[in-house]
Amino acid sequence: MKLQAAKWLAVAVTVTLTLAGCASTNNTPGGNALDKLGATEGSLTLLGWPGYAEDGSNDPAVDWVTPFEKETGCQVTFKPYGTSDEALSLFKTGQYDAIAASGDATLRLIAGGYVQPLNTDLIPSYANVYSFLKGRDWNTVDGKAYGVPHGYGANLLMYNTDVVKPAPTSWNVVFDGASAYKGKVTAYDSPIYIADAAVYLMAHKPELGIKNPYALDATQLAAAVELLKAQRQNVGEYWSDYLKSIQSFTTGDSVVGTTWQVIKNSMPANSKVEVTLPSEGTTGWSDSWMVSSTTKHVNCAYKWLDYIDSPKANAAATEYFGEAPVTQDACQYASDANFCSTYHAGDADYAAKIWYWTTPISKCLDGRTDAKCTDYAAWTKAWQEIKG
Amino acid sequence: MTGFSASAGGAPRASLARRVSSYLYQHAKTRLRLLIAAPVTWLALVYIASLLMLLVTALWTVDEFTGNTKVAWNLDNIFSLFTDPLYSRVTLRTIGIALAVTVVDVALSLPIAFFMAKVASPRVRNILAISVLLPLWASYLVKAYAWRSVLSDKGLLQWVLNTFGLESPGYSLFGASLTLGYMWLPYVILPIYAGLDKVPNNLLEASSDLGAGTFTTIRRVILPLVTPSIIAGSIFAFSLTLGDYITINIVGGASQMLGNLVYTNVGTANNLPMASALALIPIAIMFVYLGAVKRTGALNNL
Repeated sequence: MKLQAAKWLAVAVTVTLTLAGCASTNNTPGGNALDKLGATEGSLTLLGWPGYAEDGSNDPAVDWVTPFEKETGCQVTFKPYGTSDEALSLFKTGQYDAIAASGDATLRLIAGGYVQPLNTDLIPSYANVYSFLKGRDWNTVDGKAYGVPHGYGANLLMYNTDVVKPAPTSWNVVFDGASAYKGKVTAYDSPIYIADAAVYLMAHKPELGIKNPYALDATQLAAAVELLKAQRQNVGEYWSDYLKSIQSFTTGDSVVGTTWQVIKNSMPANSKVEVTLPSEGTTGWSDSWMVSSTTKHVNCAYKWLDYIDSPKANAAATEYFGEAPVTQDACQYASDANFCSTYHAGDADYAAKIWYWTTPISKCLDGRTDAKCTDYAAWTKAWQEIKG
Repeated sequence: MTGFSASAGGAPRASLARRVSSYLYQHAKTRLRLLIAAPVTWLALVYIASLLMLLVTALWTVDEFTGNTKVAWNLDNIFSLFTDPLYSRVTLRTIGIALAVTVVDVALSLPIAFFMAKVASPRVRNILAISVLLPLWASYLVKAYAWRSVLSDKGLLQWVLNTFGLESPGYSLFGASLTLGYMWLPYVILPIYAGLDKVPNNLLEASSDLGAGTFTTIRRVILPLVTPSIIAGSIFAFSLTLGDYITINIVGGASQMLGNLVYTNVGTANNLPMASALALIPIAIMFVYLGAVKRTGALNNL
């Protein structure tokens, strides 16, 4: 009987190891950009944040996918994802032709060879995109564009006007001054939030020499971690689900913390909260559409990239999600006349205060060559330690 | 099918099904093998293989550059479970919560189960059984979010406690333990009720005839008889709490449990090997727990 059991175990181990052997995959490099467009292939599978490609099935009033399908003959299948990390693991399966990714995922996609460089001449509407969104760290590598912008926004400071007085102008209320609101402070639950602490340190501890909040060497990371551990003592809860954040500000369980413009817009009408962009500047996101390096529908993908940056579609998509559009022309198509001013679209001064999410990698993004920076894995480990 | 072909397979020669059946009747060993083939395959492939996979993955590592899991055998992940203070702190916290939830659930379940099994009329017993089961009909998430509004700053609990001059625990470890205790209560009441139901009433009468008071009867007669049921219930409450990461996220404030560490390692860090290593902690704890239970002999009575 013992022998039998051993035999079964051997079978199980063999099966496991065989399965394991299948699990490792090879990478193909991103390859070269397309020379010219051909005929569209008839279908297109997209991966993006929820609300990035609506065909009217969630809300009959919002539909910018159907006109695209009629125009190009590319039938769109859309898969929404919840976090940048989920997006990465889904996209790696190779089932998707294009992805709308934030800056904390794009570099990982490029480095892994999952997306191909783009020939922006084949994307006419790219020409009208705000210049401050082009050629940035998170969408361009070695001068090659890998993504076209979808929309952008800033992480703002939200506060309860009854409790937080006077109106804050600095992130100080969630860091060094947070003890005044002990147990009622909230923060974004992701390793990328370490960059928010780094932005604060850039202004208040210049001796650390932080030039880019996503390029932190070990000492600078340790300083950010120390700041966040002190903040942790005053944090009531962390949020990653924006509905949870709306709820805790409505009930008063949170009175001050980081937020998105769309959360402010979704708050009940009588709620006593305001948002502000603090003087230190802030972090934010700028999302890019990228094309898979192994796609069989490259022409449809290029058509989509062109379409999503065209004024009407871009206005519909960004207004629905609650972020700034990427061209000035989009503003006139928004249903809310104040849309572009609410989200500060095209305001270069406002945009300059935003440090867009970028994946931290060991090669320092601020150009330092004498130092080794901490990568996203180190940030994730640090984030777990901060939460304790 | 025509009548002709149907009759062709009939009387003169035995049908295939009949021949198979008589073959199996004569070959008992083959019969047994076929019978257990499906469950054993299931157990081996789905259950044991995936567990082994978990163990094996814990010995691998992640390629820093591409984020892919890389087959490079090492014990670093396992070692870090012991050397990194973060993991031991979170493990202790998780065990603490699991123990608190278990103790509170058992303490609540004993009187309820006793009332259901020994005191209540059949009608009341049915009503009670339905009320115990009723929360199981609602989704886990709905119940957790319901507790989120109960525990909130402007919630029901705060309102009630304020009238006594007390404060609601709010979103905290205590709040999370309370919610988890509520979640798993039916799983603890039911086995204890089943155990108590099996205790013959005349034992209680005999005990009191022999001069034992209420507490002596509980201590010397009832408790020894229902210990296996209590342990069965405690296994549910303990192991379910050990693996939870959703409730703590919704009502636990800023705290994290082992499940959250596993979740961040899979979801955020894309570090499957570390997640596997962390998942071994609850497995090891349950092994120790079940081993201790086995030593008491309680498993033999289940």
